[in-house]
Amino acid sequence: MYSQGLIGADGTTDEDEAFLERFQTRIDAEQKIEPNDAMPEGYRRTLIRQISQHAHSEIVGMLPEGNWISRAPTLRRKAALLAKVQDEGGHGLYLYAAAETLGISREEMTEQLLTGAAKYSSIFNYPTPTWADIGAIGWLVDGAAIMNQIPLCRCSFGPYARAMIRICKEESFHQRQGYEIMLTLCRGTPEQKQLAQDSLDRWWWPSLMMFGPHDSDSTHSDQSMAWKIKRFSNDELRQKFIDSTVPQADFLGIKMPDPDLKWNEKRGSYDHGPIDWDEFWRVVKGGGKCSKDRICDRQKAWDDGAWVREAALAYADKVRARQATAAPTPVAAE
Amino acid sequence: MAQEASTTSIVTFLTRLGDDQLVLGHRLSEWCGHAPTLEEDLALANMGLDLIGQARALYTWAGELEGEGRGEDDFAHLRREVDYQNLLLVERPNGDFAHTILKQFYFTAFMTPFWQETSNSSDEALAAIAAKAVKESTYHLRHSAEWVIRLGDGTAESANRMKRAVDDLHPYTDEMFQSDALTKQLAEAGVAPEPATIKDQWQATVTEIFDAANLAIPEIAWPQLGGRQGEHTEDMGHLLAELQFMQRAYPGLQW
Amino acid sequence: MTEARTPLWEVFIRPRNGLSHKHVGSVHAADATMALQAARDVYTRRGEGLSVWVVPSAEITASDPADKDALFEPTASKIYRHPTFYEVPDEVENM
Repeated sequence: MYSQGLIGADGTTDEDEAFLERFQTRIDAEQKIEPNDAMPEGYRRTLIRQISQHAHSEIVGMLPEGNWISRAPTLRRKAALLAKVQDEGGHGLYLYAAAETLGISREEMTEQLLTGAAKYSSIFNYPTPTWADIGAIGWLVDGAAIMNQIPLCRCSFGPYARAMIRICKEESFHQRQGYEIMLTLCRGTPEQKQLAQDSLDRWWWPSLMMFGPHDSDSTHSDQSMAWKIKRFSNDELRQKFIDSTVPQADFLGIKMPDPDLKWNEKRGSYDHGPIDWDEFWRVVKGGGKCSKDRICDRQKAWDDGAWVREAALAYADKVRARQATAAPTPVAAE
Repeated sequence: MAQEASTTSIVTFLTRLGDDQLVLGHRLSEWCGHAPTLEEDLALANMGLDLIGQARALYTWAGELEGEGRGEDDFAHLRREVDYQNLLLVERPNGDFAHTILKQFYFTAFMTPFWQETSNSSDEALAAIAAKAVKESTYHLRHSAEWVIRLGDGTAESANRMKRAVDDLHPYTDEMFQSDALTKQLAEAGVAPEPATIKDQWQATVTEIFDAANLAIPEIAWPQLGGRQGEHTEDMGHLLAELQFMQRAYPGLQW
Repeated sequence: MTEARTPLWEVFIRPRNGLSHKHVGSVHAADATMALQAARDVYTRRGEGLSVWVVPSAEITASDPADKDALFEPTASKIYRHPTFYEVPDEVENM
């Protein structure tokens, strides 16, 4: 999901019209494009960026939730949170694997993340100061992600679609876990309910921003849609998310921090207040509370792990060398 | 004729065992999102989940046997430091990857044969916990042993780091084999083997893997002991401060 | 960053006997032993009774989709191998 608002397709290409038309015909017929198939350079580049940024988002997403594993209030919550964060690592791994089928290595993608050449969903630049945030993230952030992940299961590129199917199967407990945490808080003491309300106050607007700029401000979306890399528009998904989430908040007995949030009978949808796009761009460009910390953490993990990765490769080389110089078995004498 | 162990003894023993798994599982979970590779992030988290799962089963059974209404979270989150009886080895900080993986190797080289023996426990619930745990522990042992070899026989830097880890951690291994009145009583009742009886097998495993890893087994000048008596290192207080924070800050609530 | 690349391995899993191995994705590992463990940790999350294959991605030879016609044409032209050629009455189920 974390790719929804991040980029539009790169439409520049050297291929001729006939080739592009043949390719588009395949797409329109809902055929899957596989790694060795002929494809426009723009399609390949767009996918590499989209899939890798989706992967980066999963990996960076391990950090705000990982912040609470050591302090989870019960063993059941601790185990569930550790499993969830581990799942996110796994999802990142599946997605890196899908991107690698297009001719980029994991090391190159990691470098792009650490230098800032590649982006990740800026929702993860927000801090998790309270345990209630773990509930809010599962409920809202995973909820928003699921909105996009299901249509992506039908994306035109085979490996990405298959990775998304795998991810969707594993995703089922993530959102439920988050909502259950919120429910427990809202049924607890007034202080616990206030923790939940405070968390919703901080995470609601950033969750809406996850869907990306309004369609009217979104560049290059058309090409992404034509190539079936993106299946629904930003506003469509955002509205769908709002419409399903507001009743969930009503059930909890807490309110979104939006005085303009109101059911519109004619549209059959919720109207909502204006999104603060200055805030969105500020955080995307690096001004979020955790923007620098997230990259520092990933850089440190990479740097600290270098000697380990090198040792594993060195050992593998040694074993190969030993096998190569091992004396051949003598042939039995006649 | 086999004596029966007292309920108190079994409960104490289950708590001790649960503490070992919980503290080590907690330490492993600290790596999540920070491991040298993504694959290792998943591997360490898997081991952490296995250990936390074992701790939960052990604490739950201890609480039921005790019969005073204590559940897994009472054991995990509401005791004073002096009441935790885990090995000092497992509360050591993670350090670098060499320290973490060596600690895992030392511990699972003991726990695997220990769980194997305990699968025959006269306490049926414990036998069932052990039967599941031995499968998990076998995999942890294989995984950590492979890394010990690769780091010991990898680069000059990895070899140095492994040697430092061995120097730092080996003195903590003796505690795994300590006997006391409790272990004696439980062995006689067929509940669990005397830890000292595991030592030869552990030694053989360590020797085999250290040989392949070009590592020397050091002599222990001063064995580090005391965890079983609740006398911990300075790291335990900080670990518990994090582990217990929510339950202490918001006493008696549902989460 | 000029770090040497850890090799890529393709992973195939057979979830239970009677089925064939299925390609599920890839992992990075320095050697086959660690690749197999990584595959278990990532793609099976401690399932038992599974069969896991790991193959260095570089060792896989693939057909070129552009050659599709040449490689597959002989069977495509023999239409009687496709079940739709035979007309089965609607009342007959499961065929």
